[in-house]
Amino acid sequence: MGFQCKHISQTYRLRRGELVALQDLNISVNEQEFVCIVGPSGCGKTTLLKIIAGLFLPTTGQVVFTDAPETGHPRSAMVFQDLGLFPWMSIRENVAFGLETRGVNRKQRLATADELLEKAGLGEFKNSYPHQLSGGMRQRVAILRAFLTDPQTLLMDEPFGSLDSQTRLVMQEELLRIWKEHRKTVMYVTHDIEEAIYLGDRVLVMSGRPGSIQADIPINIPRPRQTADRDRPEVEAIRWRIWKMIESEVRQELGVQS
Amino acid sequence: MKPSPNRLKLAWEPWISVLIFIFFLIIWEWLARSARITTLFFPAPSRIGASFLHMLITGKLATNLTASLGRLGLGFLLGALPGLLLGLLMGWSPRFRAIMDPFIAALHPIPKLAIFPLIMIIFGIGELSKILAIAISAFFPVLINSMTGVRELNPVYFEVARNYGASRWKTFTRVVIPGSLPTVLSGIRIGVNTAMVITIAVELLSAQKGLGVLIWFAWMTFRIEELYVSLFVTAVLGIVINILLHLITRHLVPWSNRPADEV
Repeated sequence: MGFQCKHISQTYRLRRGELVALQDLNISVNEQEFVCIVGPSGCGKTTLLKIIAGLFLPTTGQVVFTDAPETGHPRSAMVFQDLGLFPWMSIRENVAFGLETRGVNRKQRLATADELLEKAGLGEFKNSYPHQLSGGMRQRVAILRAFLTDPQTLLMDEPFGSLDSQTRLVMQEELLRIWKEHRKTVMYVTHDIEEAIYLGDRVLVMSGRPGSIQADIPINIPRPRQTADRDRPEVEAIRWRIWKMIESEVRQELGVQS
Repeated sequence: MKPSPNRLKLAWEPWISVLIFIFFLIIWEWLARSARITTLFFPAPSRIGASFLHMLITGKLATNLTASLGRLGLGFLLGALPGLLLGLLMGWSPRFRAIMDPFIAALHPIPKLAIFPLIMIIFGIGELSKILAIAISAFFPVLINSMTGVRELNPVYFEVARNYGASRWKTFTRVVIPGSLPTVLSGIRIGVNTAMVITIAVELLSAQKGLGVLIWFAWMTFRIEELYVSLFVTAVLGIVINILLHLITRHLVPWSNRPADEV
């Protein structure tokens, strides 16, 4: 079940005038497609994701989910950059949270969560609390939680943004592995260009303030992808192309002349 | 392999403290017995100890201690429960907070002991007035901390709850309450301690029984040993309550990685 963003704009009213965060965004995402969004910080990537997640309504425009039958499954589940797990719940309770809100009884939802944790090799941590796990493990748990509710669309907001670069490499592969098993529509927001190319079927490049889509780049590297695919010449070319698109904005933001 | 020194080292510092305390008592005893200090103000520790035993055996301590504890417990619950509920709701709902804030801001700064006479005029000089004064003193710290606890919760948690379709009730029980718990508990600790001060204070002013009464009568009749015993018992009560709260906090907030003292 894909979805479409139609003419989405988001405006914030500030003390001094208005801030246009997003301007007339049109995005179409197909079923089971993995779409990455890159852009300079502050370009409204997260805002866009939250609008798609239905956490708030855009100033104008709408998100339309193509043929969403009443399957009882949530339309979307979001994986947050950090802090997405509740520190006061054990790992299994966190994973089971999506079932809890849907009224699944305690015994059943914990059993489902345990099974999933066991399969992911995190069984021994099921009674731990998030602060006892490493950042990478916490994000794996957050991803499991999102998958457990079997959402139609997975929305990911820089899920690996706070991880160190080695952990991030492994997590990216892990994510692709899970995604291969449970094909879902994925919208993945990142500021890491290489990550976007490695993961996505398509990379949308956003420009900052007001945020809009600058380019829509298909990534035709065959799947399953390997870590070695990062060194392919076409990856290099696309990375360079995307960087050229956002470089000036990054420099402007920092006040660094080119 | 050498064992880690950190793990095997016994904490000896507390024993030094105990030794210093015993040394202090011995000096005091000696000074009092040799009449180097006036026993009128500083009776020998052995005399205070004897008085303590006497008060314990006659039941004088027990009656007054239970009177104070009952007042403290009832007054605290009467203040803390509404404070908790109101605080959580004010923290959660900006609209409710906007409505309630002026009242809280206006009433909070009034010294709680200063309104005791007014309470007595309205509710009489009986038990009710004392309990109300204690309740009011516990109400505000619990309310303010509960509100702060919810307000300081990272908004991400509310977004996660919404994203997973949590109902308002689910959000309240699974996010608002546990998320604010560390701050709420520190509010409860402040509330208990304030309530204890007010308990002793209202007992000094007007009561038939209680630790404050004991202190006051000991002064009036110049039974200096009893005065020391009463102060000692009051202090121990405070320490015990705080240790209990500390244990409760550790039990209720197992996820907190902050040192328990901070909670």
